[in-house]
Amino acid sequence: MTRDDDDLAALKAALKAGPAADPAARAAALTRAMEAFENSAPATQGTASAARSNPDRPEGAGFWDGVRSMFDALKLRPVLAATTSAAALAVGVFILLPQAQVGLPTAIAPQTDSAPVNPAAADETVEAEVVATEPPGATVAPTSRKLVAEPSPMAQATPGEEAAAGSRAALAAPADAPMAESFAADMAAPVIVGTPAPEPMLRQQENTETFANAPANPVKITAEAPVSTFSIDLDTASYAIVRSALTGGFLPDPEAVRVEEMVNYFPFTLPPPAADEGPFRPTISVMPTPWNPGTRLVQIALQGRLPVINDRPPLNLVFLIDTSGSMDEPNKLPLLKQSLGLMLSELRPEDQVAIVAYAGSAGEVLPPTAAADRAAIMGALDRLAAGGSTAGAEGLELAYQTAARMAGDGEVSRILLATDGDFNVGIYDPEGLEGYIARKRDSGIYLSILGFGRGNLDDAVMQSLAQSGNGTASYIDTLQEARKVLVDQLTGALFPIADDVKIQVEWNPAAVAEYRLIGYETRALNREDFNNDAVDAGEIGAGHAVTAIYEVTAPGSDALQNDPLRYGQAGAAQGATGELGFLRLRWKAPGEEVSTLLETPISADAPANEEAQFAAAIAGFGQLLRGSVYLNDWGWDQAIALAEANRGQDAFGYRIEAVNLMRLAKALSAQ
Amino acid sequence: MLMETPDETLALGAAGGDRAAFAALVTRHYDRVFGLCWRLTGSRAEAEDLAQDICASLPGRLQGWRPEARFTTWLYRVVVNAAHDARRRAATRTRAAAGWGDWELARHDAMAEERAAQDWLAQAMQRLSPELRDTVALVLGEDLTQAEAGAILGLSEGTIAWRMSEVKKRLRAMAAEEAKA
Repeated sequence: MTRDDDDLAALKAALKAGPAADPAARAAALTRAMEAFENSAPATQGTASAARSNPDRPEGAGFWDGVRSMFDALKLRPVLAATTSAAALAVGVFILLPQAQVGLPTAIAPQTDSAPVNPAAADETVEAEVVATEPPGATVAPTSRKLVAEPSPMAQATPGEEAAAGSRAALAAPADAPMAESFAADMAAPVIVGTPAPEPMLRQQENTETFANAPANPVKITAEAPVSTFSIDLDTASYAIVRSALTGGFLPDPEAVRVEEMVNYFPFTLPPPAADEGPFRPTISVMPTPWNPGTRLVQIALQGRLPVINDRPPLNLVFLIDTSGSMDEPNKLPLLKQSLGLMLSELRPEDQVAIVAYAGSAGEVLPPTAAADRAAIMGALDRLAAGGSTAGAEGLELAYQTAARMAGDGEVSRILLATDGDFNVGIYDPEGLEGYIARKRDSGIYLSILGFGRGNLDDAVMQSLAQSGNGTASYIDTLQEARKVLVDQLTGALFPIADDVKIQVEWNPAAVAEYRLIGYETRALNREDFNNDAVDAGEIGAGHAVTAIYEVTAPGSDALQNDPLRYGQAGAAQGATGELGFLRLRWKAPGEEVSTLLETPISADAPANEEAQFAAAIAGFGQLLRGSVYLNDWGWDQAIALAEANRGQDAFGYRIEAVNLMRLAKALSAQ
Repeated sequence: MLMETPDETLALGAAGGDRAAFAALVTRHYDRVFGLCWRLTGSRAEAEDLAQDICASLPGRLQGWRPEARFTTWLYRVVVNAAHDARRRAATRTRAAAGWGDWELARHDAMAEERAAQDWLAQAMQRLSPELRDTVALVLGEDLTQAEAGAILGLSEGTIAWRMSEVKKRLRAMAAEEAKA
């Protein structure tokens, strides 16, 4: 530890010893500032330079959180990569996305009118930004010019400014002339003139990982917001990322932890639906909250119909494999080949497999081949070698073409995209790509994503593409995990039984005063989205189980987080207290347009079994990793004890692995 | 007198069109802005340009200022965002032009006595991702608490704490390599 502190102290001292401000530069800056002040005097208020709708605004905390959560919900890498201040352009682009796709745009809409913007100036600025940031050949989304985007400080540059920038740099040159020259050249040429940029902006994020997440759901007051709506989430990538971090000897980035994905990683023994029921069956259980004696946990678990393996329709699989240079690591391409090899032995002779590789340019490595021809498929896999850069979009198009060629009546077509997340060449228009995948989804071709390796794993893009493609995003770090994802759950991963599964819970204010949904931050839906069949949501595959956990507080409990209103009207609570709430589920049969509704009351008398207790332990584990404020003094020891006591059969050892990860996390967090 | 007036009062005055208040405010904070720009970019020329652009944009930005946050917190946020903008543009114009890369090229011309310390700093900073650099610049360079840095970057305090522990780890690795060499 002292060693670390020495290092930090050295870094601090070095940072502190930075150059003193140059008096000439200082004077020039102050002069510019005063000029700008003259020009922005109250007479010119209301032009583009004033009252900017900007994340920089001090009241921006709230606004910015909104933007952040929207970005997080969108989970597009460029948005995340562009960091806070890129909001100027990005906000504008996303504001105009159709609600159906975004799900959350209302959060941002009210903010836009706070910026009285001179339309001409805004147009110009957007134009300049677009020119500066778009790579050659990219198509500018037609909407982007209509935006109320606001200029960033540098984009305000008047045409004459590049010269000024150059000369400023030159003035500062004496000490280090070569740098200043190259700086001036760099500044002047591409940024302002708009010379095609050699690399798209995504490149800058090399060796970084982006994670999609949103702030933890807050406690809600039933009287104010009795209805909670969200989409199910079957992804499990977050758990594997957490495991990879912990076994690597460090705590995961709190942003990388999505509690619901950690819970859903585990197979739970739940009663399957009866023959005359829908494709899945809800199981509800209520238990005291381990970390808060004043509240209860309500678990809603959906168990998909168990697959009848023998009757399954023929499968058409397209392996879309990233063979970019970054895949050339033992835990990437070689592991991927082994994983797909494992899966191959589970396929039937009538199934078909094709392989498309993408790196630099996309190419079909193996034309559609019957799964019976194992030698040909394994041979093609073995010939794959890493090299070149990645062209994700092109590869996807080719994979969809191949899948369309293979499709037959009653068959299931799916693309399995295996990548380390290096989607950095070829996506000029991420929303366009997502839209493309969403359209293909409607043609019945699903897309699942398998993530490999760490270092530049792009969780955000993985998530958003899988979500658009009605598939799941999984992260494969070991052959063991490959078996779990591809073989054990092959049926579930590959045979959708219900699309667009949405959950809506209406809480009974007589029995529940406050509630909090644990996890599912990135899956929130608007209340009205529930009945809107155009709004996309998660899918359940055959045999899948998915669990959602609420922490609820009874009226009058000491654990209530909010005091009653002094002047509010005490709402006359309806309904008996024996019913905590009412559960509504909507789903569509695969390929159908119209959804089915299932309703059932949530009884307060639904004892929790071992399975639910274990799920609660994992939810606690996830919240500990996220640094949740709701756990009181419940800590690692309690989480370990709870998980340990409810391991159940655990035939595959998933649960004991989780217990060991908790022990690791405990040791690491004590450091 | 004016120099002792709190920042927040000056900012309100400036937003209302008080020229003297604005002048005092910019004069008072230029060095701070430049210092953070330098820590974020690692390049003097870039920091000077950035600081100037920020100063020039302040009148417009101040129109929307409300005394809800401390002025310096707000100002740090402005600087960090402007640096991000600049970094983004740098990445579009050329692959390797992040400021600390410039430093690497320029360091051969640096003055001899500064060289060792600067080399070490550039090496240390290059080892960090842009996110970690921002965090270090605020927490170590500006002596902010993790909570303050979190408020500026729009992140939770926990994330800042996690990032600082990452920084320690990288520095430790670097020290280990040095020991080997």
